[in-house]
Amino acid sequence: MISLVTARDLARTYQLRRGVFGRPVAVRAVDGVSLHVGAGETLGIVGESGSGKSTLGRMVLGLEKPDGGAVTFDGAPMPEPLTAAWRRSRARMQMIYQDPLGALDRRLTVRDQVAEPLAIHGLGASSERMEKALAMLGRVGLSRHVASRYPHELSGGQRQRVVLARALMTDPAFLVCDEPVSALDVSIQAQVVNLLVDLQESLGIAMLFISHDLRVVRQVSRRVAVMYLGRIVEEGDADDLFADPRHPYTRALVSAAPAPGGKRERIILTGEPPNPAARPPGCAFHPRCPLAEARCRETAPALTTLGGRRVACHVVAGPAAATREAA
Amino acid sequence: MATVNPPAQPLVAIRDLQVSFAGVPALRGIDLTVAPGEAVGLVGESGSGKSVTWLAALSLLPAKARVTGSVLLAGEELIGAPPARLDDVRGGRVAMIFQDPASALNPVLTVGRQIGEALALHAGLSGGALRAEAKRLMELVGIPDAGRRLDAYPHEFSGGQNQRVMIAMALAGKPDLLVADEPTTALDVTIQAQILDLLRAVRREFGMALVLISHDLGVIAETCERVAVMYAGRIVEEAPVAPLFGEALHPYTRGLVGSLPPLDGPRRRLTSIPGTVPDPRHLPAGCAFAPRCPVASGGCRETDPRLAAVGEAHRVACLHPGAEAAVPVPAAATLPATTGAPAMALTS
Repeated sequence: MISLVTARDLARTYQLRRGVFGRPVAVRAVDGVSLHVGAGETLGIVGESGSGKSTLGRMVLGLEKPDGGAVTFDGAPMPEPLTAAWRRSRARMQMIYQDPLGALDRRLTVRDQVAEPLAIHGLGASSERMEKALAMLGRVGLSRHVASRYPHELSGGQRQRVVLARALMTDPAFLVCDEPVSALDVSIQAQVVNLLVDLQESLGIAMLFISHDLRVVRQVSRRVAVMYLGRIVEEGDADDLFADPRHPYTRALVSAAPAPGGKRERIILTGEPPNPAARPPGCAFHPRCPLAEARCRETAPALTTLGGRRVACHVVAGPAAATREAA
Repeated sequence: MATVNPPAQPLVAIRDLQVSFAGVPALRGIDLTVAPGEAVGLVGESGSGKSVTWLAALSLLPAKARVTGSVLLAGEELIGAPPARLDDVRGGRVAMIFQDPASALNPVLTVGRQIGEALALHAGLSGGALRAEAKRLMELVGIPDAGRRLDAYPHEFSGGQNQRVMIAMALAGKPDLLVADEPTTALDVTIQAQILDLLRAVRREFGMALVLISHDLGVIAETCERVAVMYAGRIVEEAPVAPLFGEALHPYTRGLVGSLPPLDGPRRRLTSIPGTVPDPRHLPAGCAFAPRCPVASGGCRETDPRLAAVGEAHRVACLHPGAEAAVPVPAAATLPATTGAPAMALTS
């Protein structure tokens, strides 16, 4: 598959100051992440708070400049943020956030709001823009009488549909969705997830789908990458990865996902959630890992390929797999 | 944990509990019992009334709320009970924990002091005995290095640890019932698993009943024995966990279960429930779920069904329990313009 978006060795460090007189501490939010998204493909990013998944999403979209590494879009390097070239590139890639009300302009009607991207990018005449906005609202499942309303008059699910309609107006090739359904109630969540799946099929949009919810990620993604403290620890086909997780963290994560019906064996991790400001040496997961060995405390494992899967774990990958990768 | 079976006297018996805020109904007649030692789950979406039920039962709602009906705790009426009596019940016989532990704790007091406060109030302890008991509770809820951490402040703990501290405080009064309102919603999945595990363990140890309020069907299924599903201020279905998730009879429950994407097996299109929850100021006539219901008939828009027994321990409020939708949900291949458009036309 031709790669639409490629990220190489992305890294981002924030300076965090503890208290007024505290010394600034370097927090590595993202630490050497490489990924690619093919045209029309959806890559899911799973991780808990502090895993760096949102920072990764912003860097892939060029909203934030990486400290290291580079992103290419359609074969060309990502333009510097806030330049004219970068603004032009916005028409082809869009972002969907968790909070639709925060993403919408409260003083604009839904119709004006959805038509706005065309005006910004100077596409089409004014009447055509309104026409296209109304058509797009239908496409995301909103009836025409919503068009003259303001964001505060809509429900959460309707607002997220408006955000989606606006993002789709410029026919983007790539969408980054950061927890797009997390703020919605279960039944509304299902409506929006179904809509996203429909849009993938009918428009062939590529997506980077970021979420903490394994179920939702599996539903919309072909491939999934699991992040832990700024790094990808496992990546593979969505169905395979959730059916047979290899990395001990992925195993714990999958087993911890609550399930109605059959009660599965659960792996309860000991210890506290990871803190990006105090990243453990060696493998960042080792303090909570049930399989950790001496070498896990010293050297960080690299992502190695294991039959269609990439895993960063000394124990699971084993020395044999590591040499194969090196050869 | 031997649950009393059949319960001679329920620990809590709620009868026709109704709550309204400035004339707008929030609870429209709840009947629910909790047996001693039993774990009951309450599921529902935002605004369904699952939290209001327990805030009303414990007289924790603001004065402008109008509460009617009856809540018996071991035979004693709580609605309209004198404040002094309620103070003994709250934190004593019934404890409650919430979604956001950081805002429930006092940021300027050490956690040891806060657990101590609960112990002094409900266990009558003081001095060295109080500190020893506080340390024991911290150890019980799994906080490492408990002796030293008693002198730490809430901001020095992670979200999961603060929820453990809240559970320790709740246990101080040796309650007969713990009401946990979305206790893990703000936590990461792996930490959520730890807290649910802890709740199961303390329930076993104390023989305590648990009411778990959650929007997450999975969390309820793994923790509770019986589930009540709420919609628009009513219980619409109530059953033990296995039949509720396996053979749900109310179309709303079926919709909720179908809304959950599977974690294994083939991917299926989610059976989303069209539309949104009704505005409590303009509830539809008849069944409140009828406008969104795939099996609603003309009668559903006239008759408001009440909860009725349909089997052993299974109750449902529906005129067509277990009915299959006549028109199947459109297949995944359908174009979005046709699947989406009618979905939102129902909202007012």
